[in-house]
Amino acid sequence: MAALVTVLALAACSKGPKEPEAPPATPHLRLMTTEQYLNTLGYIFGPSVTMEMKFAPLQRDGGLLANGAAVAGVTGAQLEQYERAAAVISAQAVDESHRGYLVPCKPADEKAADKACATQFFTRVGRLLHRRSMKNAEVAAYADRASDAATKLTDFYAGLNLTLASMLIEPEVLFIVEKAEPDPNNAGKMRLDAHSLASRLSFFLWNAAPDDTLLNAAENGSLQTKKGLEQQVNAMLASPRLETGIRAFFDDMFQFDAFDSLSKDPTVYPFYTGSIGTDAREQTLRTVVDQLVHKNGDYRDLFTSRSTFISPSLAALYGIPASPGWQPYEFPADSPRQGLLTQVSFLATHSHPGRSSPTRRGKALREILLCQVVPNPPANVDFSALNNPKSEYPTQRDRVKVHLQNPVCAGCHRITDPTGLALENFDGAGRFRTEENGHHIDASGNLDGKMFADVTGLAKTLHDNPGLPNCLVNRLFSYGTGAVVPPKNRELLQYFDTRFSESGYKVPELLRTLALSHTFQEVRAPSKGAAPAQQTQSTASNDSGRAPAPLATR
Amino acid sequence: MKKTLSRRRVLRGMVNGTAVTIGLPLLNCFLNDNGTALASGAKMPVRFGTWAWGLGMNKAIFVPKKTGTGFDLPEEIASLANVRDHINLLTNATYFRDSYQNLCHFTGWVVSRTGAAPKSAGFIPGETIDVTIANQIGNATRFKSLTATAAGDVRGTYSYENTNTPNAQEWSPIQFYTRLFGPEFQDPNAPEFKPDPRVMISKSALTGVMDQTKDLMSTVGAEDKQRLDQYFTGVRHLEQQFQQRLEKPEPIAACVRPKKVASDVPMGLEADSVALRHRMMTDLLVMALACDQTRVFNMAYSAAQSNTIKPGYEKPHHTTTHEEPNDAKLGYQPTASWFTRRSMESWAYFVDAFTKVKEGDGTLLDNVFIYATTDHGYARMHSLDNVPLFTAGRAGGKVKSGMHIDMNASAATRLGLTALHLFGIDKQSWGVDGNNTAQPVSEILV
Repeated sequence: MAALVTVLALAACSKGPKEPEAPPATPHLRLMTTEQYLNTLGYIFGPSVTMEMKFAPLQRDGGLLANGAAVAGVTGAQLEQYERAAAVISAQAVDESHRGYLVPCKPADEKAADKACATQFFTRVGRLLHRRSMKNAEVAAYADRASDAATKLTDFYAGLNLTLASMLIEPEVLFIVEKAEPDPNNAGKMRLDAHSLASRLSFFLWNAAPDDTLLNAAENGSLQTKKGLEQQVNAMLASPRLETGIRAFFDDMFQFDAFDSLSKDPTVYPFYTGSIGTDAREQTLRTVVDQLVHKNGDYRDLFTSRSTFISPSLAALYGIPASPGWQPYEFPADSPRQGLLTQVSFLATHSHPGRSSPTRRGKALREILLCQVVPNPPANVDFSALNNPKSEYPTQRDRVKVHLQNPVCAGCHRITDPTGLALENFDGAGRFRTEENGHHIDASGNLDGKMFADVTGLAKTLHDNPGLPNCLVNRLFSYGTGAVVPPKNRELLQYFDTRFSESGYKVPELLRTLALSHTFQEVRAPSKGAAPAQQTQSTASNDSGRAPAPLATR
Repeated sequence: MKKTLSRRRVLRGMVNGTAVTIGLPLLNCFLNDNGTALASGAKMPVRFGTWAWGLGMNKAIFVPKKTGTGFDLPEEIASLANVRDHINLLTNATYFRDSYQNLCHFTGWVVSRTGAAPKSAGFIPGETIDVTIANQIGNATRFKSLTATAAGDVRGTYSYENTNTPNAQEWSPIQFYTRLFGPEFQDPNAPEFKPDPRVMISKSALTGVMDQTKDLMSTVGAEDKQRLDQYFTGVRHLEQQFQQRLEKPEPIAACVRPKKVASDVPMGLEADSVALRHRMMTDLLVMALACDQTRVFNMAYSAAQSNTIKPGYEKPHHTTTHEEPNDAKLGYQPTASWFTRRSMESWAYFVDAFTKVKEGDGTLLDNVFIYATTDHGYARMHSLDNVPLFTAGRAGGKVKSGMHIDMNASAATRLGLTALHLFGIDKQSWGVDGNNTAQPVSEILV
C-alpha cells in the first residue's frame, strides 16, 4: 500500500506523460578510462598529482567508446600498466611537496610506523577511491600493511606510498562496480544501490568518481529519495565540473580519439601540424561547452552557429587575424563557416591524408550525428575510375559520380556523397576553397531529399532534422547507463526526445531528465548462471552489437 | 680459423659468403661446451613472433617463378635478397570466409591469426595464435608477450585474448623503451645484485588485491566473473614479475641495455616515418628477446587497412590500392606497388635484426620462429586467395629456411598449425570450418 501511494504521488508530481516502462539492464562492471582515473585522482589529490601514460583504448560500440568499458577485459600487460601508473601517482601523493596537505596528519616519527596517522589517511582516501564508505576492519588492514612496510623500511611515508600503490590497482578501484538491491518502492523490482547510483551519476555528469558530498548523500540515504536525488543532480549540473563531463561525452560521441593518430600529408598540407589537430579538437569542445553550458543554448544551434574560439595556430588556417591565446570569435554573417560541420575537427578527421572525402564526411554526418548506420562497401569493386584527378574528372563531384554508375555502390553512396559534397568548399585539412584543379566547386547537395545550394543550406537542413536531437538523446542515455540502447527501448527514447524538445533542446535539462528518470537507476539482477565457456572459435556467438545494422534513424 | 673466432670475435656470415656480423662477445663461462645452451644447462629458449603488413601484393611482380630453395626475387620483393635464405615465402594460400561476408581488410587477417572467419566487422572469433602460444611458453619471462606497431597508433592491434580484450600495441618508442629498459629492468649481467625490500613489500601487498578480486567475483554475473578472472590472472602475473625482481637473473652475454630513446618519431604515416619507427621498435624488441624479457612478440609494420603515406601522392596506401589504375605498360598499379616495396624493405630489416644478436653458435634468428601475414592477396579487389605468407628463423633447428612454397590454394591456416606444433601445442587440427586443417606445411620442417 505504501508503495502504491508513493507511485501515485510521484505520478501526480511530474508534468506531462509518464515515463514509459522499459526492460531494465543488468548492473555493469565498467572499466575506468584514463580520463576518469585522472579526474578522480585530481579531485582526491589535487591536479598537480598526475601521470603521463594512457591506458589501453576501449572498443567503440554503438557509437561510443564508453560502452566498451562495460565489456572490456584486462590483459596482464594492461594490469602492468595500471601498476606503473599507480606507483607514479602514489609516490607523488606522499612526496615532500604534497604530503603536507594530502596526508591529514604528521607521524610522530617519520622513520617509524604511525598506525593512527595511517588510519586517518586511508579512511579518507580509501572511501573516495572505492566510492563507498569503508568498514573499520578494511581501513585497519591498510593501516597495518602501511605500518609493517614503514617498520621494514624505517620510513612512514614509504609505507603509505606502497600501500596506496596497491590500493590503486584493486579491482574495486579500477572497475566501477554496480550493485543491485530490491527496490522498496516497486515490489519485485531491483534498483542500483545508493553507492552505485552515486557513481553512475557522477561518471555521467562529471566523468569522475563521486565527491564527498555525493557519497554523504548515498550514505545517509537521501540520494534514494526523490527530493534528495533532485538536490544532488541539480547541484552537480550547477557545478563547474559539469564542463568536464560534457567535454568527455562529446569527445567520445564525436569520435575525437581519431586525433590521437590523425596525420596529413605534409607535402599537400604543409601547414597542418600536430598542434593544429590538438587545437581543432579543443576548438570544438570549447564551442560545445560554451553553447550548451555557459549559454544554456539549443543543441541544434551548434550546427549553425558562427560563434567559436580561436587559437593563434588555428587563426592562420581559418585565414583570420591571430590574437594571443584562446579568444572567442564570431565569423561574419556571410562566412561559409557555420556550425560544427565547418570546423576543422569535422572536416579534417573525415578526409584522406591528402584530399577531402565527400563519402567519409557524409558517412560521418549520418553515423555520428544522426545515429544511422551506413553499410560497409562491397569487397569486389573496381574504384580506379575515381582516380585521375587531372583529366576529365577535375573535382571530387566528378569523381564520386562513378560511385553512382555502379548499382552495387550507388545504394550507399546516394546516402553519403550528396551530403558530403556540400562540404567540398573545404579541403582535406579544413581550409576554405572555391576551386579544385582550376574548376569552380559546386557545393550543392541534399540530405534525405532536402536540397541545398551550399554548406549554409546543409547546416540549416541538419539543424532542422529531427534525427539530430534524437541521436543525442540516444547517445547520452547510452553513455549514462553504460550500454547500447536496445531497440526495445524505442518508446522510452521517444519519451526523452519529447522532453528534450519541450525544453528547447537544452542539454543540461536533458541530463536532468535522464538522471532523474527511473530507468536510469532501475536494473535487473545479474544472472549468476555458470560462466559461459571462454569464447572459442566454435562457440563464438556474442557479436557485441557491432554487426552492421540496416540503415535506420536510431 | 672459423672455430677459434666464433666465440671471441663472433664472426659470422659464411652463409652468403660476404655478410659479416659483429656481435657481442659471448664469454665461454656463460655457455656449455657446444655453445648451444646456457651454462646452467638450460637450452636456449625458442621464441615465437608475428609480423604483419597491410594490403597484400601484386602477384605478377611478387611471386617467384621458382619454388624450393634459391628462388628468384621478383621486383616487388627484390629487397629481400639479404634475408632470402633466412625466410620461407609461401604463396597461393587461401583465407576462407565461409558463410560470412568478406569483411574488407578484416576477414583475412583474422583468419590468419585466429583460424576462423569473423561473422561481423570488429568481432574476433577467438584468441589469436600468439596468445595460444604465449599461454604455452610465455609464463617464465618478465613479459608474457610484447606487441608493437610502427604505425604510431595504439589501436589496430592484431593480438586478442578475446573479442573484448585486445593486447594493446606499443606505438611510442620512448614508452616502449621505458617499459622494457626503464628502472624496472634488471640487467642480467649487472655485477651486483641486491633485492629491493620495497619490491618484496609490493609483492606481498598483491595478496590483498587478489583477495578482493575473488570476493568481487562472487557478487557479479557470469560474464563479468570471467573478466575478473582474467584480472586475477593479471595480478598473478604481476606477482611473478615482482618475484623475478627479487631473484638474481642468469647472465646473458648478448643482453645489453640499449641507449635511452631520446625522442619519438613525430606522429605521421609518411613511409619514411613508419620505416624509422619500425626500426626503433624492432631494435628494442630484438634486445628484449636477447635479454629474455619475453618469448612471444607481435610486430606490425602497418595496419590491415594501411594508411601509410607517400609524400606528394594524394592518397594513402589503402585508397591507392583501390583507386589507382593499372599502368598499361607495367601491368600493375605503380604506387600501390611502391607501398608494398616499402613494407618488404621493413620485413627485410626485421629479419636481419635477429641476425645481429649472437646466441650460442649462431644468432637469435636460429632460435625464433616468425609468422608474417597480411590481410589480402590482391588488395584492390579484397581477394582472399593468392595470399602470401612468410616465416623467418629456424625455431631452434626444427625449421628449414630459404624456400618458396606454392600452397596450391590450400588454407593459409596450415602455417598457423605448423607454428602451434613447433611450440608443443598438441592440436590435431587448427581452424574452423573451411579454415580447419590437419595438414601442417611439412616442407619447412627439418
